[in-house]
Amino acid sequence: MSAHDTTEPTRRDFLYIATGMAGVVGAGAFAWPFIDQMRPDASTLAVSSIEVDVSALTPGMSLTVKWRGKPVFIRNRTPKEIEDAKNVQLSQLKDPIARNANLPSDAQATDADRGAGKGKENWLVMIGVCTHLGCIPLGQQGDFGGWFCPCHGSQYDTAGRIRSGPAPENLPVPPLSFISDTVIKIG
Amino acid sequence: MSGGHSSYTPNTGIEKWVDARLPLPRLIYDSFVAYPVPRNLNYAYAFGGILAIMLVSQIITGVVLAMHYAADTGLAFNSVEKIMRDVNSGWLLRYLHSNGASMFFLAVWVHIFRGLYYGSYKAPRELLWILGVIILLLMMATAFMGYVLPWGQMSFWGATVITGFFTAFPIIGDPIQQLLLGGFAVDNPTLNRFFSLHYLLPFMIAGVVILHVWALHVTGQTNPTGIEVKSKTDTVAFTPYATIKDAFALSLFLILFAYFVFYMPNYMGHPDNYIPADSLKTPAHIVPEWYFLPFYAMLRAITFNIGPINSKLGGVLTMFGSIAILFIVPWLDTSKVRSAVYRPWYKLFFWIFVANAIMLGWLGSRPAEGIYTILSQLGTAFYFGFFIIIMPLLGLIETPRRIPNSITEAVLAKTKSGGQPAGVAAAPETKG
Repeated sequence: MSAHDTTEPTRRDFLYIATGMAGVVGAGAFAWPFIDQMRPDASTLAVSSIEVDVSALTPGMSLTVKWRGKPVFIRNRTPKEIEDAKNVQLSQLKDPIARNANLPSDAQATDADRGAGKGKENWLVMIGVCTHLGCIPLGQQGDFGGWFCPCHGSQYDTAGRIRSGPAPENLPVPPLSFISDTVIKIG
Repeated sequence: MSGGHSSYTPNTGIEKWVDARLPLPRLIYDSFVAYPVPRNLNYAYAFGGILAIMLVSQIITGVVLAMHYAADTGLAFNSVEKIMRDVNSGWLLRYLHSNGASMFFLAVWVHIFRGLYYGSYKAPRELLWILGVIILLLMMATAFMGYVLPWGQMSFWGATVITGFFTAFPIIGDPIQQLLLGGFAVDNPTLNRFFSLHYLLPFMIAGVVILHVWALHVTGQTNPTGIEVKSKTDTVAFTPYATIKDAFALSLFLILFAYFVFYMPNYMGHPDNYIPADSLKTPAHIVPEWYFLPFYAMLRAITFNIGPINSKLGGVLTMFGSIAILFIVPWLDTSKVRSAVYRPWYKLFFWIFVANAIMLGWLGSRPAEGIYTILSQLGTAFYFGFFIIIMPLLGLIETPRRIPNSITEAVLAKTKSGGQPAGVAAAPETKG
């Protein structure tokens, strides 16, 4: 054992360490506001809900509305589109989870769980932001008759489920409810 | 090199007075006048100086453009048009700045390829190389944020896609993206912070450039033979030899720059960026600026899941990895020979690598479908294979050509066939 190791820590050693630690904590506390200011501010966070009148949408028509800065697709699907979506086996899906904010997080991506609820299966409401890197997919295009993202070639089917391309998840369904037969509340 | 000796002698009283207090003239003299450089440097070595000039040019044009630009989603697009139409000489300054970014990257790619060809990253220049990769990363961040500022369609959707990279990471991805954007989508807070950082980062680049040049002056420059400087006859003084050669190369480079600025200023841009940003409409083809296209192709090449890594995270990791791998190049190359001049197989694979990088760039500009995706996947495999398999393996199995004993010997062997008197070639600094 060297002479250095046998030396008892002095009060001065303690003061050095305590001062250093206080400096580190102080620097961290001082740095936090500089990071915190980058997070979404109060006006951005103010969550609002919107009400959309969909009475004008006949089967085969779509509407895009903006909610929390993002586009939301509302589509009144044709019977053929619903039929196509129902005929898809869950095993054929890249993402078998419904991604429906109105259902438990483990709900399966059947067509019924993607639609807007019982008796409203023709309505498909989802956030129109490609789950790959955030582009807006184009409607009624691609090999599956659903949505096609022009950025990196992701293809969604008529229930907004990812079928091919780099996107990992189905287009998410936002929280929604029907206030009346023709008005949807999103958020 | 810069350490130890100095040949600066202050002559006048003022020079002596300054030298005793702040020896800055001495530092400049030792670094850029008397500094010995290998006598066989070719024009591939001129791009470091060109890059320094481009950085200064971008900072000067950028500072004056910022006097007229408004970083607000409602004003940004129109303020850029105002620069083009109303501000005196605004069109020139903006075209210098936007084309300057392209020329900056053109020069940096040549500079990096030159380093790969002549083995400039090998010991003892690992830190010099790593500092260069850091500069490249800062340049990429700066260029990306600068492209967002005009607030056109490509600005907006480029920002959306690139900040979307971070959502690929599980759990921490979404909070990081919101931290970067200052919201849930690209909007005014994003534009403001990008403007602030776009103004800051070039000065950070300048700081790292100083470290880069410092590291260069500690180890000395490499040269086409890859042989270290051994005697005084291997070198010439930086001024006038390297200064004049660099100045001539710079002149040619600036002619190319001027050709783009004055005759085809929008050739390297994208017409969609003259459409104001629309958060509800994605352009049919989102493509980054040309200098990012190879990386974009590699991002899109990963269309399949790899075990627990989904295709999105896989693509993002591949793209980040394609730059990150440059950091460890000094340790991936196992060859004892530095320069490709004496490495016949490495030379071949190097040129395939260059062709592959150009092919990936072309693929990045194509739509992500069919044969393009397959070619991108092959190109990505070769890109990584070059670093991970070819570089380590070639060093072990390749038989290099005979290496001259010194730079002087290599130069004399060359000039002997060229018919120049040996005495002139042996001591170029004394002729005439």
